[in-house]
Amino acid sequence: MTQTATTDRAASKPLPRKPWNRHLLAIAVLAVLMVPVPLLLPASQQSIAMRVLIFALMSVGWNIMSGFGGMFSFGHASYFGLGAYTSAWLLVESEVSPWIGMAAGVLVASVFAVVSGFLALRYRLKGAYFALATFAFAEMFRLLATNTDLVNRAEGYHVPLKVDESWWWMQFAPTSPNYFWIALALLIAALAISVLFLRSRTGQFALAVRDDQDAAAALGIPVIRYKLLTMALSAAITSVAGAFYVQYYLFIDPDLAFGSAVSIQAILPAVIGGVGTIWGPVLGAVILGPLSDMTATLLRNPPEFLAFLAGRGGLDVMIYGVLLIIIILVLPQGIYSAVRERWFRP
Amino acid sequence: MSILRVEGLTKRFRGVTAVDDVSFEVEEGSILGVIGPNGAGKTTVFNLIAGAVAPDAGRTFLEGAEITGKPPHAIAQAGMVRTFQLMRPFYSMSVLDNIAIAVLASRTGHRAPRDRAAEIVHTVGLDVWRDAPTEGLPTAALKRLELARALALQPKVLLLDEVLAGLVPSERAPVMDLLERLRREEGITMVFVEHIMAAVMRLSDSVLVLNLGKVLTAGTPEEVTKDPRVIEAYLGEEPTRADS
Amino acid sequence: MADHQQGVSSSGVAPEEDLSTTQTATVGQSRRLVDAFTRSRLIVVAVIATAVVLAYLRADSPVIATQAIVTGLLIGGVYGLVAMGLTLIFGVLDIVNFAHGAFLAVALFITWWLVSSMGFHPYLTMLATAPIMFALGYAVQRGILSGAMGKPLENQLLITLGISLVLENALLLFFGANPRAVALPGNQTVGVLGAVADLSRILAFVGALILAGLLFLVLQRTRLGTAIRAVAANDTGAQLVGIDTRRIYALTFAIGTACAGAAGTLVAPLVTVEPSTGALFNIVAFVVVVIGGMGNVVGALVGGLIIGLAEQLGTIFLPGQSPLLSVFIVFVLVLFLRPQGLFGRTS
Repeated sequence: MTQTATTDRAASKPLPRKPWNRHLLAIAVLAVLMVPVPLLLPASQQSIAMRVLIFALMSVGWNIMSGFGGMFSFGHASYFGLGAYTSAWLLVESEVSPWIGMAAGVLVASVFAVVSGFLALRYRLKGAYFALATFAFAEMFRLLATNTDLVNRAEGYHVPLKVDESWWWMQFAPTSPNYFWIALALLIAALAISVLFLRSRTGQFALAVRDDQDAAAALGIPVIRYKLLTMALSAAITSVAGAFYVQYYLFIDPDLAFGSAVSIQAILPAVIGGVGTIWGPVLGAVILGPLSDMTATLLRNPPEFLAFLAGRGGLDVMIYGVLLIIIILVLPQGIYSAVRERWFRP
Repeated sequence: MSILRVEGLTKRFRGVTAVDDVSFEVEEGSILGVIGPNGAGKTTVFNLIAGAVAPDAGRTFLEGAEITGKPPHAIAQAGMVRTFQLMRPFYSMSVLDNIAIAVLASRTGHRAPRDRAAEIVHTVGLDVWRDAPTEGLPTAALKRLELARALALQPKVLLLDEVLAGLVPSERAPVMDLLERLRREEGITMVFVEHIMAAVMRLSDSVLVLNLGKVLTAGTPEEVTKDPRVIEAYLGEEPTRADS
Repeated sequence: MADHQQGVSSSGVAPEEDLSTTQTATVGQSRRLVDAFTRSRLIVVAVIATAVVLAYLRADSPVIATQAIVTGLLIGGVYGLVAMGLTLIFGVLDIVNFAHGAFLAVALFITWWLVSSMGFHPYLTMLATAPIMFALGYAVQRGILSGAMGKPLENQLLITLGISLVLENALLLFFGANPRAVALPGNQTVGVLGAVADLSRILAFVGALILAGLLFLVLQRTRLGTAIRAVAANDTGAQLVGIDTRRIYALTFAIGTACAGAAGTLVAPLVTVEPSTGALFNIVAFVVVVIGGMGNVVGALVGGLIIGLAEQLGTIFLPGQSPLLSVFIVFVLVLFLRPQGLFGRTS
């Protein structure tokens, strides 16, 4: 097909380098840059920053399964809620440290992911059916939690307040920078895990399975095993977000844990930022996080002609919806991917 | 010693018997061509022995060990690798990375998989396309990629599903050279489905003819192409006085 | 080994007795297939009958069971109407319309507003809600969704999700979160087969059936309906015979949305009028559509009745749990065991 000369020249071309180290470096830089943030931000902005971090963490988790793994989940609230309720329940009922609770939440969520994932794969659920099944599971958890005494029904759990700040109990003064640093550390860890995942054999196989499942199987890759691993990792990360959420907001109930809003919050940042990219979910969270506060501020003192909207809720989510529609129609691969394609040739 | 043995394979789909009691054996290091008119069940036979579809009856043996009903990835790991008629690259990856995945999946290729993949790129002649994304690759390159990925698994038996389809004659010759070289140098056994008679004649040690899901006949390429039943299967009825 | 489905199947909007998928089947073989078909129906009937019998056994008194059955079937009619719109959209446009419930909520609020501000009779408002929702659906499809046709399913799910977020939160923004109610003048409790039901519930059921019948007539007897069914079965083929598929897509979406809108008016006297009510019907509609077979209009109606029944019987089997839970249990079972639905064809 080609001349010997060209072939030799082509064969001796050095292999293109993979970007993993670049990403890891970027993560480290981000970590360092973000550390002083809580000390510089005014107290009013703290909650926005926290929301950004939690959204990002949830979405990084979602992206593992739905972006890299190609299994679109419409019910990630299941994992979030399991993480939240496990740690809350252990804390309130058995005085267990939230750190241990978080680990327990990871275990519970991963096990659920593997079991439900196995059933879904065994029964060959794909596409819309798979997405609807994930949605159904999340809703079932919500309904069960609302009506089951074991987890306090619709009342949910209040985290008992400790008098002093405590790392063991993950409780600090409301404006303490420690919350930010913990969330930041979790997000950094999640991002690093994403990179290491993609770099690993497991991650590569997950991508291959996403791209073409039958071809992957024909090449000796046990598809189900790698899909389940991907789901478990995705569930683990998202459950951590849930456990942290409880500690920061000091309260959890079935809607906050398993509601469809949670699933949407896991999806939206990734879709807007770029599904299947490492940084997409973070970018999306940065865009969406402040939105709620901005709209709330706007509606606190609305201009004349919108006076009747004063104090109402819903504008932020409306804007989420509009953004979602625009992005899907105009930039379906997300903002990060679009920018990357235009400015950084692969 | 036959490295691949198929006995009585049968598969029915909703009232249609796609494969009906098909049996054959393949000697190690030989090349078996499988031919037959459209709808004869050739790809279904591949799907059956590669594990993509479970047979209703029949058994398959690879190196004497039964592999009937095993999942595709297990059969690939056992040493029988198939390519697909409609090319199925991993669309998000470059040619090199496509092959690297296969290297990773193979039993031995874990150290420096991309280096090993680069070697395979060279073997199949994909050097020009090595770092290109698979999107927009010409058919010839995609076909070679299918082959390259299969080779990365160091197969004992290669199932090639119309590996020459979609190629113009000038593109076919190098592929056939490659296949012959692989058989000669690596001792890979091959079973290939093909419509292009010239390729079948040139490459095959023996030929299996399928028609309507059944084995019509088997033999050397010369025997088979002269068999009137084979001609009839392809062309329909005997030529009438007006046509002959 | 039957391949269940590749994502969402585009089975046409057609009556279930379509055996055209067999190729060279002999008479004997096709008789076997027919048996498989009626067999699945019989299984469904048997399961339902068993559930009903068990309900009577489990309930504290037979009256409770009868009540559950009556209430379930009555609301099931409305579920069926909502689901028919959704399944029609699915069958023709291949779009998984997550905004369906939001459209219903919009209609609900239009009804409330007309009743409370203008004093209209609730059912009279349908003269407004149906056309308004029809127009809204047409506009949404032409304006937004036409750009998403043929795109991967996740994109469609996300766009329709976006639309639902916009619609529901627009309602929240403009009307506030206070729950409201629509009263049916002359509402009274009526005895039905030994149980009781509100007149509003009965009228909703009757109205739903009438509209469902109307929809069915349109689909089967009018030129538009035939065009719609043609596009559902094969949109390229339909184009080749001169059907303006773009117009059909928009019209079908509009009709589907109008179904949701009409259902909204019918249930207004029954439910709390708040933005989240739409989400509830949305979920149920999806469950019904899957159960009835995606694209199967008759299946949607029957599925609606089944789900209504399941929901109410669930209160007997799982006391203390939300009736929605039993709906989901049935949903998950069908998704896993028979995803093509109880009446859809095995593709």
